[in-house]
Amino acid sequence: MLAVGSFFVFTTIILLAIFANYLAPHTPFDPSTLNLMNGFTPPMEPNEFTGQVFLMGTDDQGRDLFSTILYGLRISLFVGLMAVLLAMVLGVILGLISGFSGGWLDIIIMRLADIQMTFPSILVAMLVYGVARGMLPPELRYEMSITVLIISIGLSEWVPFARTVRGSTLVEKEKDYITSARMLGLKRFSIMTRHILPNILSPVLVIATITFALAIIAEATLSFLGVGVPTTKPSLGTLIRIGQDFLFSGEWWILLFPALTLLALALSINLFGDWLRDMLNPKIH
Amino acid sequence: MFKKLVIPALMISFTISSATAETVRWARAGDGITMDPHAQNEGPTHALNHQIYDSLLQRDMSGAIIPSLATAWSALPDNPKIWRFNLRKGVKFHNGATFDSEDVVFSLNRAMADGSEMKELLSSIKEVRAVDSHVVDIETNGANPLLINNLTNMFMMDKGWSEVNDVMTPHDVAKGETNFATMNTNGTGAFMLVSRSVDEKTVLKANPDYWGKNLYPNQVTEIIYTPIQSSATRVAALLSGEVDIIQDVPVQDLGRVSSTDGLKLATAAQNRVIFLGLNTVEGPTAELKVRQAMNIAINRESIKKVVMRGQSDPTGVIMPPFVNGWTEKLNEYPAYNLDKAKALMSEAGYSNGFDIVLNCPNDRYINDEAICQAAVGMMAQIGINVTLDAKPKAQHFPIAKGGEADFYMLGWGVPTFDSHYIFNYLVHTQTDDRGSWNPTGYSNAEVDTMIVSLESETDLSKRNDTISKIWANVQDAQMYLPIHNQVLNWGMRSGIEFDVQPEDQPHFQFLKFN
Repeated sequence: MLAVGSFFVFTTIILLAIFANYLAPHTPFDPSTLNLMNGFTPPMEPNEFTGQVFLMGTDDQGRDLFSTILYGLRISLFVGLMAVLLAMVLGVILGLISGFSGGWLDIIIMRLADIQMTFPSILVAMLVYGVARGMLPPELRYEMSITVLIISIGLSEWVPFARTVRGSTLVEKEKDYITSARMLGLKRFSIMTRHILPNILSPVLVIATITFALAIIAEATLSFLGVGVPTTKPSLGTLIRIGQDFLFSGEWWILLFPALTLLALALSINLFGDWLRDMLNPKIH
Repeated sequence: MFKKLVIPALMISFTISSATAETVRWARAGDGITMDPHAQNEGPTHALNHQIYDSLLQRDMSGAIIPSLATAWSALPDNPKIWRFNLRKGVKFHNGATFDSEDVVFSLNRAMADGSEMKELLSSIKEVRAVDSHVVDIETNGANPLLINNLTNMFMMDKGWSEVNDVMTPHDVAKGETNFATMNTNGTGAFMLVSRSVDEKTVLKANPDYWGKNLYPNQVTEIIYTPIQSSATRVAALLSGEVDIIQDVPVQDLGRVSSTDGLKLATAAQNRVIFLGLNTVEGPTAELKVRQAMNIAINRESIKKVVMRGQSDPTGVIMPPFVNGWTEKLNEYPAYNLDKAKALMSEAGYSNGFDIVLNCPNDRYINDEAICQAAVGMMAQIGINVTLDAKPKAQHFPIAKGGEADFYMLGWGVPTFDSHYIFNYLVHTQTDDRGSWNPTGYSNAEVDTMIVSLESETDLSKRNDTISKIWANVQDAQMYLPIHNQVLNWGMRSGIEFDVQPEDQPHFQFLKFN
């Protein structure tokens, strides 16, 4: 039941983000459509100067919050998805090599993973983000800010993938079908990709869903700290950061709606991930 | 037996005295950039240094000039090119060295050296001479009746200490240099530096040998200064009692602070104008018509209403009303007019607009980043696609000053209360000792001559005529898009009695507890 509910919430959010350009009443990422006088309009109340009404109110720049959340979701989901893909590809490759080859390669990769585990992943992401931004010429920084975000979050989340894949590979590689594959003279590469990989994918999928939620939160955290996407194209974290400034003055909606959206998104992905884990775990069935 | 009793008794009396010590916990958005008193001409940097260093003259909390390290000053009656300063006697630096005329000669020369940002204030000076141990003459190139106005932020350093620590010249912040004086101080001021961690916390304690001990209230024994960039966190710190005074209450929280028991709000118009600068040499903004279009595409009233919540005075000139040269007419800002702006854009050949980056600080002026964001939207209305690059001031200022930015935000306070200060920094052609904050590329030889002539014009009405002529040139060239003058809102504990100073410079020796 919970799984169905969370799946429903998750798909709704995804669909809202995908069809944002049809569903959103405004285009908040196009600054020429903004009217500053619409700033701080409360939800469902007409603005005192322009008379316009907004479902969830507006932020400090007069952006319609509902539309901004929809467009912001796109950024959050895109960054999350890409970062997970990056982390997954990196983690699976390193895990497979580590588990299958053993020896010094295994030691190096796993100690590297251990070292990275000692740092909170958000710290690693900030470090990578800072270095990457420093290396880019100033005129490219804004165009590349989302790519940099993806790389920095992706690089900070590969460890759980690598560890799990390595563990499963160690188990699988002792099994008879692998021994027969070796006997047949197959190359190591094809044993790894065509025989081991398909058999270890289910835990990878579970980790991917949980990491997806983590990556979305990491993006929100980075943007909340002001190092993520530019404020003229706010993601959920940026909106929460902006909203935070207006909590004491009673403009609650700027913080509340993006925060609720982020909560719903992260929670539904996590619950769905739990369900997936149970489904894919043969011991429970 | 006696000894055994005395020591604990001494210890008790010691703890009692430190418990009655009055600590002020002070916060604002940004930190001072350096402790070197001549390396940066910037408000928060001066505000911090003012606690530690003294200048020859100071402005009191109402903005009037009063004695500080100089007790008397006047131009010599027979030669108005020479100003004579009598120095205060018995003043000691924090390291115990005596303050005398050698230190004044050294400090003023240091402030005119390479790397100094205080140069423009002293550009009229020909020579500084020690007459005797406590009398100093400053000779100007021409008679400069307004010289003393330029000395209120001109801090005095100890010559001996500077020699020993190799800080004979200021460090160039824009080039990323540092020196011993960046983190260490030796002033004559009311407070001594105890510890400093940049952008985190600076602790100052009262100077027991302060010369002004009997002149000012001097009730503060310790200052803990914490920069808090996030406006929500800063106001939360005040509301929760974690800090005693914040210099920049966010405009959205004024009501909250004034209605909270135990807190009060002190408000005053600030001597500071906020504007956007433009590259006049390269790119689309080199076209006057483009700059004019941008100027009338800025809706100053809506910035005031929404971003500043009424806490600003929109203006059409980069000069606060405190300044000599200010007129109602100059202050009038052009009407917001999109159609005219679009027409100007197409006349200039940019009917399809262009791309530009707006460099902006995010911890310096009131709602700086929000104003820039609003400008992005307003520029988009006339087809200009602006990318906003908002950074902490320590990174923003070198970019803006170095001429790397085509479009940037800057705020300008006028400590001399005279237009010359604005001209010499922001209008004069960028040279070695003038125009250091004019990265717009604006250069007009005639205007430059007029600016220099202000330094030696004794006929005040003639001088004011020249000032208005220069302003006319500035307004025509439109290299700056004025936004507004700031309004100061200091929030503090009710037990504190402290006047808001129009330069936003708290001088804690004046603070009283009640």
